[in-house]
Amino acid sequence: MEAFTTHTGRAVPLRRSNVDTDQIIPAHWLKKVTRDGFEDGLFEAWRKDDAFVLNQPEREGATVLVAGPDFGTGSSREHAVWALQNYGFKAVISSRFADIFRGNSLKNGLLTVVLPQETVDVLWKLTESDPAVEVTVDLVARKVVAPGVDADFELDENARWRLLEGLDDISITLKSEADIATHEGRRPAFKPRTQAA
Amino acid sequence: MGRTLAEKVWDDHVVRRVEGEPDLLYIDLHLLHEVTSPQAFDGLRKSGRAVRRTDLTIATEDHNTPTLDIDKPIADPVSRTQLETLRKNCADFGVRLHPLGDVEQGVVHVVGPQLGLTQPGMTVVCGDSHTSTHGAFGALAFGIGTSQVEHVLATQTLPLAPFRTMAITVNGELPADVTAKDLILAVIAKIGTGGGQGYVLEYRGEAIEKLSMEARMTICNMSIEAGARAGMIAPDETTFAYVKGRPHAPEGADWDAAVEYWRTLRTDEDAVFDREVVIEAAELAPFVTWGTNPGQGAPLSASVPDPASFTDESEKLAAEKALEYMGLSAGQPLRDIAVDTVFVGSCTNGRIEDLRSAAAVIEGRKVADGVRMLIVPGSVRVALQAVEEGLDKVFTAAGAEWRHAGCSMCLGMNPDQLAPGERSASTSNRNFEGRQGKGGRTHLVSPPVAAATAVLGHLASPADLSDNAVPAGV
Ligand code: SF4
Repeated sequence: MEAFTTHTGRAVPLRRSNVDTDQIIPAHWLKKVTRDGFEDGLFEAWRKDDAFVLNQPEREGATVLVAGPDFGTGSSREHAVWALQNYGFKAVISSRFADIFRGNSLKNGLLTVVLPQETVDVLWKLTESDPAVEVTVDLVARKVVAPGVDADFELDENARWRLLEGLDDISITLKSEADIATHEGRRPAFKPRTQAA
Repeated sequence: MGRTLAEKVWDDHVVRRVEGEPDLLYIDLHLLHEVTSPQAFDGLRKSGRAVRRTDLTIATEDHNTPTLDIDKPIADPVSRTQLETLRKNCADFGVRLHPLGDVEQGVVHVVGPQLGLTQPGMTVVCGDSHTSTHGAFGALAFGIGTSQVEHVLATQTLPLAPFRTMAITVNGELPADVTAKDLILAVIAKIGTGGGQGYVLEYRGEAIEKLSMEARMTICNMSIEAGARAGMIAPDETTFAYVKGRPHAPEGADWDAAVEYWRTLRTDEDAVFDREVVIEAAELAPFVTWGTNPGQGAPLSASVPDPASFTDESEKLAAEKALEYMGLSAGQPLRDIAVDTVFVGSCTNGRIEDLRSAAAVIEGRKVADGVRMLIVPGSVRVALQAVEEGLDKVFTAAGAEWRHAGCSMCLGMNPDQLAPGERSASTSNRNFEGRQGKGGRTHLVSPPVAAATAVLGHLASPADLSDNAVPAGV
């Protein structure tokens, strides 16, 4: 997993609440057998509408999604997180996230930031009046900074540490490599093997 | 204080224990199939990781494989892609694979035990909920999600939260017409589909000790339908005899050392379970489901229950919904329910003993007009054994279809499906809405009940056949 310390990029205002995972990535995309290539499925239904914010040329290359409350509700599919990341988003800001989505996002290195709705409103207006404006999400200082915005956010220490270090579950386990090797050395010879090592 | 069987196996696999964190557990055997592994391999690729222990990993193709024309290309592009992806992943990462057409191919939970890879005291995982099957050997075996599959591939370990233990003691002897399937359906109806949540179940008592390995696997297989993390049965002489001589069984001095260790895998006399359930075997009878979850079952001699008879409000609602979906009405005798399809197979009841018991009932009889009966062996080895014993002929002579090994109609990912509104008696493990095909209706039954049902065209047990019995060999 890529480490997340601080990120600066242009934002996309998504003025919708209750964006569920089926809207983020529709079910028919779940048949894919890879973890990438989901970018075209992101918000697929909405993107058929030319007026949809992601279709605006000035939003191209934006990396911070600023969404309405209750983002990521519905099915637990991890594909929703992959789709946002494949598209290029590094962080999502909302006043409230669905639990499982938030867990999945932090596991995969997509930073989900909870800010009060008033701050979300300010960010929406800011990026709508000037799409070129940049937003900084600083995990070291736990702050979101933009012209006229300087907002602190909370994140539990363990999740923050893992993001800062770029540690996924596997990397954390691999820190116990010596313990694993010790256990392997102790395994009885009679235990079966599927093939020669 | 003494420890339970599950606690002993757990303790023997702790790689790292830190206060306030989940234990890191070593995994002895990792089974893979095509449906839940692709993103795990893709994750490895993206992070540049290898499979840590290819020698503790094995894959087979089962969920998407057709049971007819297996030499022809697979028509459904999604199924084909999943199989091709597994083949490529196994080749790239050095994992042993038994693909369609291979003599060791079959349902993953049938393949592991028959190769002798499943042994007492092991930790076994697979991206599949019915991994609980392997607990029949006194292994701690459970299903995992795709992220965990990747974790095991990369590290051969899993961080796991502790579980609670539940003893399910079955006293006495099962009546002659009662099978392991009837027993486990009755257990689930008793404790409920959520009754096992957070628990590892240990089945014990005289009735369990007398069961064959096939029957024990049927029971442990369905532990997950009671919501349990896993099901286990202490290994004994029956277990050792089953393992001995299989391709991956220990030999010589290793065998002796293994058996010596396996004999220690029993719950201590003074161990305490978090919960205990006691069942009297003598009170059991052939059992079938009437609803849309495995806990909605009743003895075959009973009638479809009246939803109003449930005191629990959510159970009442669930029963109402189930009857509507199943097209049944309260008070209808279960024996009056006519079926279109009978399915014998799956990791619950697709082993040789299951085929034998169904064949014994149908031998010399005919599948009723308008009923189709599919016999799908759990693996190619099971199929070969059945052919050697002439069981395939018994089935085809009765008018049943003898198919190739795989999951088949257990979940209808391949072309074997129920049409909307069609009704089956199925020896599989899940009667969920649409599981066997969109709009399909499933009654879970044992193999002998499946065979009797095929003959009479309505839910029935072998005892119902006595009047119209045709002498064998006619
Ligand atoms: S037979 Fe059915 S339950 Fe068993 S692994 Fe296959 S699909 Fe799953």
